Amino acid sequence: MSSAANPRHYIIRLIFIGVASIVLLRLFFLQNFESKYKVMANDIAIYKKVVYPPRGVIYDRNGKVMLSNTVIYDLMVTPHNIKGLDTMAFCNAMGLDRAGFLKIMKLISIRNIDVRQSTFMEQLSPEQTARFQENAFMFTGFELVERNIREYKNETAGIVLGYIAEVSPEMLKIPRYASYRQGDYTGRSGLELQYEEALRGQRGVHFLERDKFNRPRDPYKGGALDSQEVSGKSLELYLDADLQSYAEKLMANKVGSVVAIDPQTGGILAMVSSPCYDPNLLRGRDRAKNYSNLYREATRPLFNRATQAMYPPGSTIKPMTGLVALSVGAITPSFGLGCYGSYNYCSRAIACEHKDAGHAANFRVALAHSCNSYFCHIFRLTIDYKSFASVKAGLQAWHDYYYRFGYGHPTGIDLPFEKGGGLPDSTYYNKLYRGSWNSCTVVFVGMGQGEILLTPLQMANGMCIIANKGYYYTPHFVKSIGKNFNDPLLKKYHEKQVVLHIPDSTFSVVQQAMQDVVESGTAAGAKIDGITVCAKTGTAENKAIVNGEVVKMANHSMFVAFAPRENPRIAIAVAVENSGFGATWAAPIASLLMEKYLKDSVTYKRKAVEEKMEKAHLINKYVYSIDSAIRQHDARVYDARMLKRHIADSSKRAQDSVMAVRWMNQHFK
Amino acid sequence: MSLGKSLFQRIDGVIIMLYIFLVAIGLLAVFSVEHRSTDVTIFMANKNYMKQFIWFGYSLGLGLLILLTDSKLFASTAILGYTIGIVVLILTIFIGVDVKGSHSWLGIGSFRFQPGEVCKIFTALALAKFLSLPETNFKTLKDRLIGVAIALGPAVIVLLQNETGLALVYFCFLLVMYREGLPNAVLVVGFSLIALVLGTLLIERKILFIVLTLLAVLIGFLFKSILRRDLTAKILLVGTWLFCILFSQLAVPMAFKHGLKQHQIDRIYSMLGKEVPVEYNKNAEEGDEHKTNSSEYNVLQSKIAIGSGGFWGKGFLNGTSTKNQFVPEQNTDFIFTAIAEQFGFIGSLVLIGIYVSLMLRIVFVAERQRSVFTRIYAYCVASILFFHFAVNISMTIGLAPVIGITLPFLSYGGSSLLSFSVLIFILVRLDADRNSMIR
Repeated sequence: MSSAANPRHYIIRLIFIGVASIVLLRLFFLQNFESKYKVMANDIAIYKKVVYPPRGVIYDRNGKVMLSNTVIYDLMVTPHNIKGLDTMAFCNAMGLDRAGFLKIMKLISIRNIDVRQSTFMEQLSPEQTARFQENAFMFTGFELVERNIREYKNETAGIVLGYIAEVSPEMLKIPRYASYRQGDYTGRSGLELQYEEALRGQRGVHFLERDKFNRPRDPYKGGALDSQEVSGKSLELYLDADLQSYAEKLMANKVGSVVAIDPQTGGILAMVSSPCYDPNLLRGRDRAKNYSNLYREATRPLFNRATQAMYPPGSTIKPMTGLVALSVGAITPSFGLGCYGSYNYCSRAIACEHKDAGHAANFRVALAHSCNSYFCHIFRLTIDYKSFASVKAGLQAWHDYYYRFGYGHPTGIDLPFEKGGGLPDSTYYNKLYRGSWNSCTVVFVGMGQGEILLTPLQMANGMCIIANKGYYYTPHFVKSIGKNFNDPLLKKYHEKQVVLHIPDSTFSVVQQAMQDVVESGTAAGAKIDGITVCAKTGTAENKAIVNGEVVKMANHSMFVAFAPRENPRIAIAVAVENSGFGATWAAPIASLLMEKYLKDSVTYKRKAVEEKMEKAHLINKYVYSIDSAIRQHDARVYDARMLKRHIADSSKRAQDSVMAVRWMNQHFK
Repeated sequence: MSLGKSLFQRIDGVIIMLYIFLVAIGLLAVFSVEHRSTDVTIFMANKNYMKQFIWFGYSLGLGLLILLTDSKLFASTAILGYTIGIVVLILTIFIGVDVKGSHSWLGIGSFRFQPGEVCKIFTALALAKFLSLPETNFKTLKDRLIGVAIALGPAVIVLLQNETGLALVYFCFLLVMYREGLPNAVLVVGFSLIALVLGTLLIERKILFIVLTLLAVLIGFLFKSILRRDLTAKILLVGTWLFCILFSQLAVPMAFKHGLKQHQIDRIYSMLGKEVPVEYNKNAEEGDEHKTNSSEYNVLQSKIAIGSGGFWGKGFLNGTSTKNQFVPEQNTDFIFTAIAEQFGFIGSLVLIGIYVSLMLRIVFVAERQRSVFTRIYAYCVASILFFHFAVNISMTIGLAPVIGITLPFLSYGGSSLLSFSVLIFILVRLDADRNSMIR
């Protein structure tokens, strides 16, 4: 059979070429038009590794580290690589029993394939880490993986510094957290939250190829698409770590707060909300547990009283009342009032602590002795003053003064969740009394009771205004961000806030009177040798609502001060809840703090006072019962709301079904 | 064309060149699969590409040895070699090493090889020898049956070794026999059979019965004049119809239920892109949960690698699927994916071009022979290459079921490379003497 006679070799050639063409055609479409395979190839093989930079460090005013990062270890396991593990030794080292070990291993084997690395134990304690490292050679298949967590250097200022935690699903819906992903950490309170953007730094994203076991391999495209991580910026605070811890020591076993501000800059030197908690509780693997414990405490340590608690200021407001009265011209410094133990002009008697004649002979004496009658009266004189058209205009003028003092609105401190306090204006009273009210109706406001409510921060800020004779800087913690004083985040704290014009001479009168408070008045215990202290005590009446009833509680002990008068360096406000007279508790505490700050130490002769303050236990038993009553109330309110919602839903459902039945009847009958 | 030329002047340079091209591409492909960016040196003795390189050395050595032998040797020892091959194949069933459920491997020390792979050579030689015997008349049914028996004998034994893919290779000799005179009907019947098999798998059994019957009636109606006159035609038509019905309604279900293993059924259905019907799902009958079958996964990964290569490819050593071992068996059965991912459609085109050139060259060489033995042998070589090439690449792109068939010269594996090299070198040796003798 020669080839010429037999054409079949052509057919065979044709078959070869034909089949190859079919294959090529399929390949052509597969490789050029089916883009899904490219997407799938990237999906399976490219791994986006997010690299977290260290968070910014926080320093106090002297460069002392307050909050930094530390490395802890997670124990990882690759079950496939375990060889000849001495389970007994391993369990001993890790403080586990055999059953616990097997339980974890079983969980891991369910969750993950055995060639992949899984977390065996998170955030080892230092002892566990040390024991593991000693014996690491025996435990093949196990590996320590570093992880950064926050480390609070002192057990102080927890409420100021705040804490970080995983971002919650609700937060992820907010634009601020657009760049966050489930599992990221973010500041949840305090400066950690306020300066999140600065502290956080910039995450790096590295693209890695991974193999079929999901193990990262080489950088993808040689790392051309990667972005480098940038460390978080540091924060330098005005806060004085020593003063802070001293203040916390003095406030131990008391409910209340301390705010100390440098009047010249508005920088906060110390901020205490007592009882304090150890910030180290809110990091690491027990964070959630500790948090709920703290949350359940009756004294509410997670509540920042310094910026969120609103107290009636009591007598501590009197310098301001005087300031406004003098400024509008309602009184002169020599104005006097005969007070014999009560104020009787307003058809009801308002009690005064003093009965002796002449304790309100003029402004200076009246403030030094904190005469209620005098300040009620001059408040009435102010709002009834002849230059105002009516008492309503008078009160509004007074309100405007106070508003510019930083009362009645949040000051704008660099802490989240600040409260604004309460400051009544004419509209408010018109509504409350349906337009018929006069200066007697609102007379208590003059002595710091009634509708006026201030946070300790606002009280301290008020002292700055008097110390500075008419201006303040918005209180703030952060001096510089990453050593940069002109960071845009700090811009608003460099703006001088000027109050409504009040002449310097008026401030001098008030300062002089406040100096008298210490030197010859109610706050004799606040005297500091060699330093001119200006101060005002306060004993604030207060009420709580317990089970729907208004109950009068023990007075708050309040104290505001600044020093030295000539060159003010510290303004302070102290509130000790339900503990009695301002002079008894708040005044000595404030005085000790000022002395500590101004003189670096407390003199020997005041050690006794110091000790008394530290040891005093002023938390009333009823705090606990009130707390539980409030919580029960809250729970009831919550239940009622849920029930209401449920009923609304069910009536909606009922409506819907009625509609549906009607519609069905219409169309299909 | 004088006999005075030396041996090395007479050998076919084109075949040798294409052969070396393919082996070189194979080495590159295996290298890209095995290489890790962390490797300090490319000369690592434990890596498969180094082993493959050494096997290439052995292949060339053996090839040289073959070139130095007398070309008469192959024809004269063909039957002997075939007999030994059959004996070894049968022995392997009993003494073979169990590899993934098949007993097709023989182990000698640490060295393992598949006799079924080597036996292709002996079968090709034996078939060529038988068909070239002067007393053989391939027009007689007896000789045709003997030819088919020689070709498919080893296939039956290999099937018993549980190595379906390898057994199917032996069917490629039908193409050779077609060239040598099997009637045209072989091709028609062959393609019809494939259509019938696919129809059986794809179409509901009852519907298929109706379709086949309607088809028979239609043919009967169209050719009724012939049928009325010719009894044979009547019998042929009824017989074909009966065969089709029996095959689709009885034989295939029987084979699926009792003959084929579950993984084979899975493969066949995954190639067709269909779920395995409940009646053929043996695992389900045993109450086990039916897993996503692995060949479906293999083909998906293979398609991802090939499809993501695009037109130009991702570049050498930049294939993410290849580098990170996403394609199972990529060194052996799926080596084509490494080329397609890294060099794209262009690379695939070049590779397929080389294969087609080689096959066409062999057919050309076959047709210039005066020796019938050499011609038939050459066709055997071309057919074996064609079957391997077509089925292997088709299975990587989902056009054929995943049966363990290697890509000639490219797939990693000593016995595969060695046996294909021997096939080629024997052909080259025989071709070198094309003018010296007439057999």
